[in-house]
Amino acid sequence: MRRASNWLLWGYCVYLVLPLYWLVTMALRNNQDIVAGLEVIPANPTLANFAEIFGNPVWYQGFANSLSYVVLNTLISVLVALPAAYAFSRYRFMGDRHLFFWLLTNRMAPPAVFLLPFFQLYSAIGLFDTPLAVALAHCLFTVPLAVWILEGFMSAVPRSLDEMARLDGHRLGYFFLRIFLPTIRGGVGVAVFFCFMFSWVELLLARTLTGSEAKPIVVVMTRTVSASGMDWGVLAAAGVLTIVPGVAVVWFVRRHLVKGFALGRV
Amino acid sequence: MPERRSTNLAWFGVLPVVLVVAFSAVIPLMTVVNYSLQDIFDLNTRVFVGFDWYRETLRDPRFLEALVRQGLFSMAVLVIQLPLGILVAKGLPKSGWRASFMLVLIALPLLIPWNVVGTIWQIFARPDIGLLGAALAGLGVDFNYTASPVDAWITVLMMDVWHWTSLVALLAYAGLAAIPQAYYQAAALDGAGPWEVFRYVELPRLRSVLIIAILLRLMDSFMIYTEPFVLTGGGPGNATTFLSQYLTSMAVGQFDLGPAAAFSVLYFLLILLMCWVFYTLVMREAHE
Amino acid sequence: MPRRVGRCRYGVLAAMSWMAWTAPSATFFVAVLLALATLTVAEVLRPGQVRRGLLGLVTTRGDRFFISLLSGAALHVMWLAATALPVWWASIAWLVLLVVLMRWG
Repeated sequence: MRRASNWLLWGYCVYLVLPLYWLVTMALRNNQDIVAGLEVIPANPTLANFAEIFGNPVWYQGFANSLSYVVLNTLISVLVALPAAYAFSRYRFMGDRHLFFWLLTNRMAPPAVFLLPFFQLYSAIGLFDTPLAVALAHCLFTVPLAVWILEGFMSAVPRSLDEMARLDGHRLGYFFLRIFLPTIRGGVGVAVFFCFMFSWVELLLARTLTGSEAKPIVVVMTRTVSASGMDWGVLAAAGVLTIVPGVAVVWFVRRHLVKGFALGRV
Repeated sequence: MPERRSTNLAWFGVLPVVLVVAFSAVIPLMTVVNYSLQDIFDLNTRVFVGFDWYRETLRDPRFLEALVRQGLFSMAVLVIQLPLGILVAKGLPKSGWRASFMLVLIALPLLIPWNVVGTIWQIFARPDIGLLGAALAGLGVDFNYTASPVDAWITVLMMDVWHWTSLVALLAYAGLAAIPQAYYQAAALDGAGPWEVFRYVELPRLRSVLIIAILLRLMDSFMIYTEPFVLTGGGPGNATTFLSQYLTSMAVGQFDLGPAAAFSVLYFLLILLMCWVFYTLVMREAHE
Repeated sequence: MPRRVGRCRYGVLAAMSWMAWTAPSATFFVAVLLALATLTVAEVLRPGQVRRGLLGLVTTRGDRFFISLLSGAALHVMWLAATALPVWWASIAWLVLLVVLMRWG
C-alpha cells in the first residue's frame, strides 16, 4: 500500500510537470524551430520570445492592466470582508445564516450568467474599459471568498480574547486593529492570496468588460493568437510570465496555506 | 468559550459587503430577469413577450444537449478527481522540506490563468508540435483532439484533472493532517490493515472536507468556460460545448438579449438549487 | 447624449433605463421585497422558533420562505418545459404550496 501510493504520487508529479516543462521549452525556442520538429531538449535555446514581450507595449501594457485590476480587487475585497467576517464570527444577528448563504451562492455562480448585465451596467455608468470595472466585477466572487476564509480564521481565535480586551477597557476599533488583526495575520495573507489568484486567473469577465484601453494580459494572449497566426514561442513565453506572480504570492503565504485548506474554505 | 453575542448592530459590519455584492449581483440579476421577459431590439424598442423565451430555451435541443454534456462532464470530473486527490494526499510527505516542496508543486496548476492552462494543453496535446500528441502518434495511436469528439473529450478531461485535482488533494491533505495520531495507534492495536484504517479511521474524519471538495469541484466544473474555449473552442462540432460556452456565444457573440437572459436565469436557478442542497448538507454536518 | 431627468443630470430614471424594467417584473421584485420586510417585522415582533416539519429539515420561517421561492421557481420551469398551457395554473399550485410550506413545512 505504502509503495503503491508512492508510485502513484511520483506518477502524478510527472503528469503535473510534463506539460509545464513543455511550455518552458516552447518559450525558449523560436517559431521556425517549433514548427520544424519535436525537440525534447531545446537544441538552440533563445530568449528572443521574452525580449519580444518586454519590448512590445501591447504585451507589457497588458501585464500592467492585469496587475492594476487584480490589486484593486484584492484591496476592495479584503477591506470590505474584514468587518463582515468579524460580524459573522462574533455575533448572531437577524438573517445572518441567510446572508452567509447568499454570499456563498455568488462564489458559486457562473460568470457567464452575469456577462450580459455587467456589460450593460458598466457601459451605463461609464466604467466600461477601465480596470475598476473588472475589479468590481471580480468582487462578485472574491468578496464572498474573502468573507468565507476570514470568518474561518477568526472563528479559530477564542472569543475570550475579545472579552479580555473589553474588560481592559479597549474600544472595539482599537481592539480590532491593534490586537485582533495581528492575531489573524496568516488568515489575511491567505485571503489576499486567494483574491489575488481568482482575479488573476479569470478571463471571461475581464475580456467582456475591457476594450482596447484596459486590455489585460490574458486577453492579449487570446487575441494575438487569432490575429497574426500562431506565434507559439511568444505565446508560451507569455504563459510562463503569467505564472510568475502566482508563484511569488504563494511563496509569502506558504506556511499558512495548509491551514487555509484545513478550514476547507476556498 | 463565551457564546456568540446576539445583536443586530452587527449589520453595520456586513453592510459594506452587502452593498458591494448587491451592486454586482442583485442589480445584474434583476436586469437579467427583466431582459428575459422581453424581445429587445434596442433599449427603447422592446416588446413584452412573457415566458416565451423560457419555453423556447427549454425546447432548444442545443441547450438540452449542452446541459446533458455538462452533467456528464461534471460527473466524470468528480469520479476521477475525488479518488485521485485522496490517493495523492495520502502519499504526500507529512513534514520537512520535501512536504513544502511538494505542496508548492501541487498548488502550481491552481495559480495559472485559466486561458494559459488551455494554451499549455494545446501545445502539449497537438499532434504536430505537442509532446503528448507526438508520443501517441509515435505509438501508432491516431490521436487528434481537433477532429475526433472522443479525443477532444479525453483531452479536456485530462486537462481538468491536471488543473483541479490539486485542489481536492490539498483539501484532503489538510483534512488528514488534522487527524490525531491516537486514532492510528488505536487502530494499530486493533490490528487494522491499511484498508481498514482508511475506511474506518480516515474516511469518516474526512467527511466534511470531502463534502466541501465535492461542492467546489461540482460548482466550478459547472461554470467551466475558459479552458475548453482556448483548447477546443467547443468543438469539434459542439462536442465540448458546455453551458457557459453556449451562453457566452448567445450573449456576446450574437447579442440575443432576450434568449440569453432566459438561459442565464435558468442556469442560475440550477446553480442555486445545487448550492442550497450542499449548504444544507454542510450545515447539518457542522451541527452533528 | 444624457437626458435631464429631474434636477440630476444622470437622474435615477435615466440611469435605470438600461435595466429595461417591465411592470410584471417590477411587481414581482416589489412583492419579494415586501415579503422580506414582512418577515423582518414578524421576526422583531414575534421571534420565530426553529422547528422540524413536513420536510424533515430543521427550518426557520426565513428558510421555509426561501425553500418556497426556490421550489416555486422549479415548479414554473418544469411547467414551462412540460406543457404549453397557461402559466397561471402553475402559479396557483405554487400559492397552495407556499401556504402549506409556511404553515407546516
